[in-house]
Amino acid sequence: MIGSGLIRRGGPRFSGSATRMMPQARIAGPMPWVIAIMIALTVMAAAAGLALSNVASNARAEIAGGVTIQVVEGAPAERERQADRALTFLAGREDVTSFRRVPDEELAALLEPWLGEAATESEAVPTPALIDVRLSGPVTARRLQDLRAALVAEVPAARLDAQAGWLAPVFEAIRSLQYLAIGLVVLLAATSVAAVWLAARSALGSNRDTIEVIHHLGGSDGQIAQIFQRSIGIDAALGGAAGLALGVGAIFVLGRQFADLGSGLVAGGALGLYDWITIAAVPAAGVVLAVLTARLTVIGALRRML
Amino acid sequence: MSAGEDSIVQFDNVGLRYGTDKEVLSDISFTLYPGSFYFLTGASGAGKTSMLKLLYLAQRPSRGAIRMFGQDLITQPRGNLPDFRRRIGVVFQDFRLIPHLTAFDNVALPLRISGMSESEIAKPVADMLEWVGLEHRIDARPATLSGGEQQRVAIARAVIARPEILVADEPTGNVDPEMAVKLLRLFEALNRLGTTVVVATHDVHLLRKVPDSLIMRLDKGTLSDPTGALRYPPKREVIAG
Ligand SMILES: Nc1ncnc2c1ncn2[C@@H]1O[C@H](COP(=O)(O)OP(=O)(O)OP(=O)(O)O)[C@@H](O)[C@H]1O
Ligand SMILES: [Mg+2]
Repeated sequence: MIGSGLIRRGGPRFSGSATRMMPQARIAGPMPWVIAIMIALTVMAAAAGLALSNVASNARAEIAGGVTIQVVEGAPAERERQADRALTFLAGREDVTSFRRVPDEELAALLEPWLGEAATESEAVPTPALIDVRLSGPVTARRLQDLRAALVAEVPAARLDAQAGWLAPVFEAIRSLQYLAIGLVVLLAATSVAAVWLAARSALGSNRDTIEVIHHLGGSDGQIAQIFQRSIGIDAALGGAAGLALGVGAIFVLGRQFADLGSGLVAGGALGLYDWITIAAVPAAGVVLAVLTARLTVIGALRRML
Repeated sequence: MSAGEDSIVQFDNVGLRYGTDKEVLSDISFTLYPGSFYFLTGASGAGKTSMLKLLYLAQRPSRGAIRMFGQDLITQPRGNLPDFRRRIGVVFQDFRLIPHLTAFDNVALPLRISGMSESEIAKPVADMLEWVGLEHRIDARPATLSGGEQQRVAIARAVIARPEILVADEPTGNVDPEMAVKLLRLFEALNRLGTTVVVATHDVHLLRKVPDSLIMRLDKGTLSDPTGALRYPPKREVIAG
């Protein structure tokens, strides 16, 4: 046949010429920015969720079996005596894995932001002696009660609390925030799908004539879809990169501010390698989603042509 | 069927209706032979464009059988149709150039679709644009071209891949008679290279310009073929064209 030398059969790829074939298939107008904002918000919500989950699990590990003893006594000499008694008492117990008297300087440093340097140095405000105790196994109400009774018999000024106990409301709040973050990520993802779908639809609509012509000239569905996938994929990648940069920037600023608070609890929320991989996967998922949406939309429209 | 053996297109009792309207084409039967030159004439609304749409696979017939390149079209899976379309060149009545592409890129389109590399494309496209006298407008976008220039780009695009069939719908509709004859010469040149040409027109003067052409006349959706020459043409006479 005459044409067989020039025309190859089958469904070849467009190679590098796809973008030259349909430069207008780019997502029009504000869509890349909408995608960028959605990705940025999703990144931030995901980061918040991950950080909260880190805070919760770190804190939980830290305070599992944790008990705090305070010796509340106004007179310094008596306080020291009773604190020493408490230490001796703890040394004699089998169910105590470790204990540590929190040095007064450390305590002063902890209180200084609240009470001021002068107050802590001058002993104007009496501070309790603090002992950090770690029990073997979890702290049950029953164990706590037994321990408290035994301790108070020896050290009348001692007060004993489970660390998990006074953090329970914090954990509850963290859990609520985590649910909120998950909810936000789901909502944002759904909105992103809608935005990408609309963008693909509008790109398809404004290029309908071009699609028809390429179709009539023998372009296969796959070839035509490829043109759209490529240009919409590029736009989604640009939007996604901008969104990621925006989101990560916000995370860093917030992270710096929380770090300045100097709270051990907040430090436990630092994001690890896997958290960052998860966050980086957000825009990648956005690109995959955009490409898939573009393909399904174009193939769907082409199926209606002969 | 002996008459259809070396044919390139064969219509058998083809009917076409849009939606649930009455048929716009009825009982269409004819055979096209490779290397022949056909004119399709008929009054406005007679069904010329509809018939060409069947020929360039933009429309499926409502009934009847169509064979093309020796294969049954009706039973072809949809995925095979692009391969058929690549063997058919089309000049649309309204050109249908892609507005954001240059003349070069518009003409290059069929070659890119067929997967040719950029280095293979450059020369044939430039040669083709020179052939239609547009070598100086190679980087122009359709909007900056005159009507006649656009028409020539459309024709260049239709013939660049050396199609086995060329289908042209009123290709001289918007140009002066002089240009019409010039364009007709392009089709004849392609025809001499072996392409089967089908030109729809209601310009009767055009018909006389191609001496060996065959004329198909549509009248209210039926093909008048009183002698049966279109369906079973004397072989030698047709090939001589
Ligand atoms: N897509 C369509 N849907 C419904 N009816 C159509 C469609 N296309 C064409 N028709 C009808 O089919 C008939 C034939 O139309 P067609 O365009 O094939 O005529 P034509 O011979 O090309 O006319 P012209 O010389 O004016 O271009 C007309 O009555 C037209 O109204
Ligand atoms: Mg018409």
